Amino acid sequence: MSLLSVRDLTVTYQTQTGPVPAVRGVSFDIDKGEVLGLAGESGCGKTTVINAILRLLPPRTEMTGSVLLGGEDVLAMKPGRLRAVRWTEASVVFQGAMHALNPVQRIGDQIAEAIVIHGQAGQREAIVRVGALLEQVGLPPRRLYDYPHELSGGQKQRVMIAMALACAPSLVIADEPTTALDVMVQAQVLKLLKELQRELGLAMLFITHDLSVLVEVCDRLAIMYAGRIVEEGPAVPVFEDPAHPYTRALSGAFPQIGNQRFRKAPSGLGGDPPYPGDVPPGCSFHPRCPVAFEDCPTIDPPLFPAGEGRRAACLLVDQKAKETVEAAP
Amino acid sequence: MRVPEHRGPAGDAPVLVAEEEVPPPPPPKGPRAIVWARRRRALQRVWRVYRKNTMGMWGLYILAFFGAVAVFAPLIAAGEGLDPTCPCTGTPYDAPSLRFPFGTDNLGRSVLTLTIWGSRISLMVGFFATLISMLIGSVVGILAGYFGRWSESVLMRLTDWFLVIPFLPLAIVLASVLGRSLLVIIMVIGVTSWPSTARIVRAQVLSVKTRPYVERARALGASHLHLVTRHILPNVGPLIFANTVLTVAIAILSETTLSFLGLGDPLSISWGTILEFAFGAGAAGGGQWWWLMPPGLAIVFVVLAFTMCGFALDEILNPKLRQR
Repeated sequence: MSLLSVRDLTVTYQTQTGPVPAVRGVSFDIDKGEVLGLAGESGCGKTTVINAILRLLPPRTEMTGSVLLGGEDVLAMKPGRLRAVRWTEASVVFQGAMHALNPVQRIGDQIAEAIVIHGQAGQREAIVRVGALLEQVGLPPRRLYDYPHELSGGQKQRVMIAMALACAPSLVIADEPTTALDVMVQAQVLKLLKELQRELGLAMLFITHDLSVLVEVCDRLAIMYAGRIVEEGPAVPVFEDPAHPYTRALSGAFPQIGNQRFRKAPSGLGGDPPYPGDVPPGCSFHPRCPVAFEDCPTIDPPLFPAGEGRRAACLLVDQKAKETVEAAP
Repeated sequence: MRVPEHRGPAGDAPVLVAEEEVPPPPPPKGPRAIVWARRRRALQRVWRVYRKNTMGMWGLYILAFFGAVAVFAPLIAAGEGLDPTCPCTGTPYDAPSLRFPFGTDNLGRSVLTLTIWGSRISLMVGFFATLISMLIGSVVGILAGYFGRWSESVLMRLTDWFLVIPFLPLAIVLASVLGRSLLVIIMVIGVTSWPSTARIVRAQVLSVKTRPYVERARALGASHLHLVTRHILPNVGPLIFANTVLTVAIAILSETTLSFLGLGDPLSISWGTILEFAFGAGAAGGGQWWWLMPPGLAIVFVVLAFTMCGFALDEILNPKLRQR
């Protein structure tokens, strides 16, 4: 059984102007020790998915489907059980570490907070453990007594990682852990995350819009568009030989230096992702798709098998798949 | 262990025997000591900024003066001066003289003594009424702002209700129903002056509760109580503090008003009750200005001083007003 199993998850926000479906039927699994990358443009529902996993969404948000965390459905949990599960089974490295720390508390206390809340240790003992955690993320333990403003951006992100590890969860969700960091620090933070993941055998859900980051860190990739997963599979093949035109556009946005193909044709994707309350009929990607044909506006493609361990939601993939099946005698 | 003392030849200074004594290593600083050192430094930082604020410093000087007067009242003016039967009283309606610098009232008591002793009651009522007002205001504001939805609707309508009912009639009714005593006066002022605090606190809580670190703490599995006490309150605290200082001024004025209207405790002398007695005895018409001026000026100065301190603190603690 997988550690995290999300099935047909839909999340609908209630807004002034009516319901807005931000996530429209997402399913994925993460096994123990596996790293899944979730990528997509801003507003495609990545953050909503992770907030749904820990049920951190606004009170009146509608959720259907199931989120099985260690075999238990998070969406059906009672508040007390939910509080106990948060951070002990799944923790989050939040995006924007500079804001996720309380400016008027010492960082040691903030990390210890997680340990103390869950009654795993008293304040005194927790502080000792926090010192060890800080060392684990490459910060000297004396940093315990610093306030957030005394740390650099990269150090704050390390603090956030230490905090995510505080209760020894089996799943760590990293929500764009490298945004707002410069490239050098980004590389350091990624290296640290990868090392810790290997060392502790963590399962990770890694979220970013930066595909090149995901390929480095993840075992498998899932690409989201307009509240759905449009392509899924092992990281390297998905990035290097995308099956869905959207993935192709995303990976094409990272030119390889020295490759003539990228030099002649700088690729990009025109247009904006659709507003979640007003998704085009048929395949939601068809208005921006360079290879759309007449069936696309009418048929909403499910995920078709697209090679070994891969699936993609595109009619062309299905046809290709059919043709290969038919061609094989 | 006792160290035997060896007196030197002259027998003056005690000399310790252990000669090669190494100075003990500085005691390891525990986290608590470090926290306190930090707090002290933070306070010093605020104090440095505050000292540059002329208005705030003058307010503080005036308050320090009245505070000292209230605390040392028995030393400055003998308490028996309040008793009309005391032989130390002079003739009624005496104009200011060397013996009675502020003159005497209709019972021959020194107005200076009355004013000095009145500061105790006035300031005390001001502080305790403010304490109650702040407590109610903060709790209502935090509950309304933090929980939102129906609890917010209910609490804010209650706040609006207290805000629109006229203060004086309500205070008069409460004071006359509950009886005339100091405790009642404190309760009445405290219970009627919290709505503006509640609204300010609620507004700040609304802004603090959406900050990412609060969401992070929620993801940690923190309970509501934990979130409110560890994350919301410390960030709303400075605002409550600045507001407290301003509310004290209002509370002192309210006490004066109620006492002047004859709703105060007749047995405890405050600036308001002095004014009431003076007014009742016709001091204004009889030309006894020395009876009305000292308590009146004292009220003006104290209220002004609290307001000045409040504004200065607001300027320092409210980042939007801070000049950088």
